[in-house]
Amino acid sequence: MNIHEYQAKAVLKSYGMPVLAGQVVQSPDEARDAVRALGGKLCVVKAQIHAGGRGKGHFLDHPDLGGVKLVHSPDEAKAVAYDMLDRVLVTKQTGPKGRVVHKLYVEAGCDIERELYFSLLVDRTLRRIVIVASDAGGTSIEDMAAKTPEKIHKVSVDPALGLADHQARELATRIGLHGPLINGFAKVARSAYEAFVALDASLVETNPLVVTKQGDLVALDAKMAFDDNGLFRHRELLELRDESEEDPREREAERFGLSYVGLDGTIGCMVNGAGLAMATMDIIREEGENPANFLDVGGGASKEKVAAAFRILLADPHIEGILVNIFGGIMRCDLIAGAVIDACQKTGCRVPLVIRLAGTRVKEGMALIEKSGLDAIVATDLGDAARKIVAAVRARRAA
Amino acid sequence: MSILIDHDTKVLVQGFTGAQGTFHSEQALAYGTKIVGGVTPGRGGETHFGLPVFDTMAQAMEAAKVDATVIYVPPAGAADAILEAIAVEVPLIVCITEGIPVQDMLRVRMALDRSNSLLVGPNCPGVITPGQCKIGIMPGPIHRPGTVGVVSRSGTLTYEAVAQTTVLGMGQSTSVGIGGDPIKGLDFVDVLERFMADPGTDSIIMIGEIGGQSENDAARFIKDSGLKKPVVGLVAGLTAPPGRRMGHAGAVISGGGDTAAAKIEVLRSAGVHIAPTPAELGTTLRAALGG
Repeated sequence: MNIHEYQAKAVLKSYGMPVLAGQVVQSPDEARDAVRALGGKLCVVKAQIHAGGRGKGHFLDHPDLGGVKLVHSPDEAKAVAYDMLDRVLVTKQTGPKGRVVHKLYVEAGCDIERELYFSLLVDRTLRRIVIVASDAGGTSIEDMAAKTPEKIHKVSVDPALGLADHQARELATRIGLHGPLINGFAKVARSAYEAFVALDASLVETNPLVVTKQGDLVALDAKMAFDDNGLFRHRELLELRDESEEDPREREAERFGLSYVGLDGTIGCMVNGAGLAMATMDIIREEGENPANFLDVGGGASKEKVAAAFRILLADPHIEGILVNIFGGIMRCDLIAGAVIDACQKTGCRVPLVIRLAGTRVKEGMALIEKSGLDAIVATDLGDAARKIVAAVRARRAA
Repeated sequence: MSILIDHDTKVLVQGFTGAQGTFHSEQALAYGTKIVGGVTPGRGGETHFGLPVFDTMAQAMEAAKVDATVIYVPPAGAADAILEAIAVEVPLIVCITEGIPVQDMLRVRMALDRSNSLLVGPNCPGVITPGQCKIGIMPGPIHRPGTVGVVSRSGTLTYEAVAQTTVLGMGQSTSVGIGGDPIKGLDFVDVLERFMADPGTDSIIMIGEIGGQSENDAARFIKDSGLKKPVVGLVAGLTAPPGRRMGHAGAVISGGGDTAAAKIEVLRSAGVHIAPTPAELGTTLRAALGG
């Protein structure tokens, strides 16, 4: 789960991370008032969306305006807010469709001396939490890793010992910090690490972490993401969720315990297991068409779950055919066959349907489909299924 | 021959009396797996399928030393169940549970690295040596004793490889689902090493997916090992968009070298026979074996 910058700053601040004063606003008037409340001088207005690259992005309606704008007066803040709110911001991470901006964060300005990069994440290879820092702040970590890998410094944390201050000081010296900034950096690292562990985070990133002309460290940006598997023990974090940032189809799928990702193709897929679901997408493309989605119905699929899956697939206006591919392990083929028949009879299926069943109770499942008179094409294996759905979709197009 | 488990393997079940534990223990017993009992805290002293239930792994191990344990405990308690099995030195721990928090697995990994226990999973179908011992949730009937070693990150794709080799009459020596989580127990290299050393395994199918570096490590291992046995590979997720998590926590393209295309290239250059589609795992292997 991702959260907004203003939320991440509030969370990190509660663990001791230094951040600037700021207010979240949802109207131009609120933006003006926020700048007044922050002293009426230099402030920054920042679009709140769940995607990076805001500063270098642009609004569709205002190609010259990015998602981060310096303002010098309350009235200027009001005008900028007017140009940002409810408009589409396109960044490197949003894709060409962009995201609608619903909230802005108005933050006090500061005098920047240096920009640093700072993040925490789980390193899969080391199997540890690592703290990453660089003196090349402001640039994306991907660009940095590609162009100047020597500028990226890391320390990994022993889960039993936790982060030791000396590790953080070591990292501080490697990115060229001196004097009181070394202990200051250790404090920043400790607060971020404590938040990371306490909240089952999967990412804490502040880019840039700045050194001000006054010699203070401040997190000028903050990004936080949480391990979905850990959310059950942090119910309070669910309040930070912003559903307007999520694909409504994915949200609907999640409600039924389905894992769904919308894609650009025309063949809808309903599969059990993430690997088989990806493989099914791959083989559709191998046959010359493109998958409309990734959909993993998971282990135990009830009638309600399968019906929801069909509704979601059929709600996609680009869909031209559906491939159901189930290899029953825990999942019983007769149960899924019954659920598919039920869903088709209730909601109707306006596109060709290919069903491939294998594994646990496959004979019973096939018998059910045959008996039901369902208008479906039955496939014997994965290759056969892919060929049949592609042929059916093309025949329909030609007709 | 086989790896990890055979007809002598004695097995405990953690989360024995729960819905999952009950369903899959019944299937495993019917398959012939030597389950000797199980653990459900608070239900010690009862019997389940006529087998003893214990409160703790320590009590269970005292009653009968086992070779393996399988965990069907829900996510909130699963990491603790693995730690409990490590604490009493069970040689092989198979964790089926999906949805364990990553940071729990970091602690488990640390304990595991300081022990002699092996962990398979979590978030996996388990391990089966056909005709001898089934530990996990895979459908027994699609398997057949044979000579192909199967190792896979994906559950249902494992079944795909198994079914295809069964249909072609080759069968499997052992099939290992290593699981889809980013932090886990045995990885490709650990399993490949055992397959390479196993006289009962003549060839190998390995199934990877997007995310992480395990397939790249496997490619290096295969290259260095001098390729004593033919390996057929598949990496799922050629059509997966970067940055989107596909189902489980491990399957996300996040950085360099972890796309399906990059992994396929690395495996191919290590001499692995890449199956052109997931439907051609069996036929690609047959061709590699010269048949």
